[in-house]
Amino acid sequence: MTNPLSKLEAFKLDVLKEVGNIGAGHAATALSLLLDKPVDMNVPTVSLVPFEEVADKVGGAEQVVIAVYLRVEGDAPGHMFFLIQEDSARKMLHNLLAIEHREEIGYTEMEFSALSEIGNILAGSYLSSLADFTQLSMGPTVPSVAIDMAGAVLSYGLMLYGEMGDSALLIDTKFLEGHEEVEGFFFLIPDPESFDKIFSALGVPTE
Amino acid sequence: MNQDIMVKVGMADLNIALGGQVLKTTGLGSCVGLTLFDEKSKVAGMAHVMLPSSDIARESTLNIAKYADTAIPELIERMKKAGALTGRLKAKMAGGAQMFAFSSQSDTMRIGPRNVESCKAALSKFSIPLIAEDTGGNFGRTIEFSSATGILVIRSVQFGAKEI
Repeated sequence: MTNPLSKLEAFKLDVLKEVGNIGAGHAATALSLLLDKPVDMNVPTVSLVPFEEVADKVGGAEQVVIAVYLRVEGDAPGHMFFLIQEDSARKMLHNLLAIEHREEIGYTEMEFSALSEIGNILAGSYLSSLADFTQLSMGPTVPSVAIDMAGAVLSYGLMLYGEMGDSALLIDTKFLEGHEEVEGFFFLIPDPESFDKIFSALGVPTE
Repeated sequence: MNQDIMVKVGMADLNIALGGQVLKTTGLGSCVGLTLFDEKSKVAGMAHVMLPSSDIARESTLNIAKYADTAIPELIERMKKAGALTGRLKAKMAGGAQMFAFSSQSDTMRIGPRNVESCKAALSKFSIPLIAEDTGGNFGRTIEFSSATGILVIRSVQFGAKEI
């Protein structure tokens, strides 16, 4: 497999890491404001991940997650996922809206809509900080929420990479609220063609 | 006895099983899990198809298990080597969901239904009957296919397990 992105030099990966850092940093701040609690985040990882292993980052292909998905439109299109596990989502709903989750399975329309809005706010702050930083136009579509297996959800973001190889370049960040009560992940999967645009916008020479 | 031995099929991957082994693939979203079975020789095959057609491939070494139009011929070939006969093969499939709904339906967005259509077209090329399917919807599936019985078990978060 000669995925053109497998040749990205360490320097460029660092640039992408910084892109992830800025975006996720703003999103973490937004989350912290929403929850009124400190939120920590890990340094983003940027890597070319084999399709098989993408879902392992959030606990395996069959792990049930709540996923808020947005398509990024504009100069540098891509896919964005905000993923949280169910207990985290429940705690978040409780903290934020004092919604006490009653049923074992399923969510009410209100809960669903709240989760979607949280995803929207976080993704919006991620993207708008990126757009400011790169001076590229990037806007999210209306978010779409799914509660399903991580593998099924994430494979959606991998399709464009499927045409050129068996791995995808993703920028992922994990964040935790204070006592690890709430844990979530951000995945930004830019379309393969978007990298050159991001690099040239940041003054990184591209061949 | 290798009953209950799991043979894992990854994403954009295919494999065969015999002697009671069970083929399994996890987290099918818009991908299609296609299974073939020769009841007489008890040879089973499974492909985890990711994209409808190899025409769009831009990779230098083609992963034939990834595309519907190339994975199915390869799976048949592998099963024939293991003792199956093309004329006896019967197909089942699951997956091809549309995980997220959007108002603007570009072609990439409806990749699930396209995968299903393309698998059906490839099957009819070999005159293999599709005897059961559980496709579409907006949910993910994990499937297990037994080479002892030819039963396909489909699990999903919302609907639990079902057999076809």
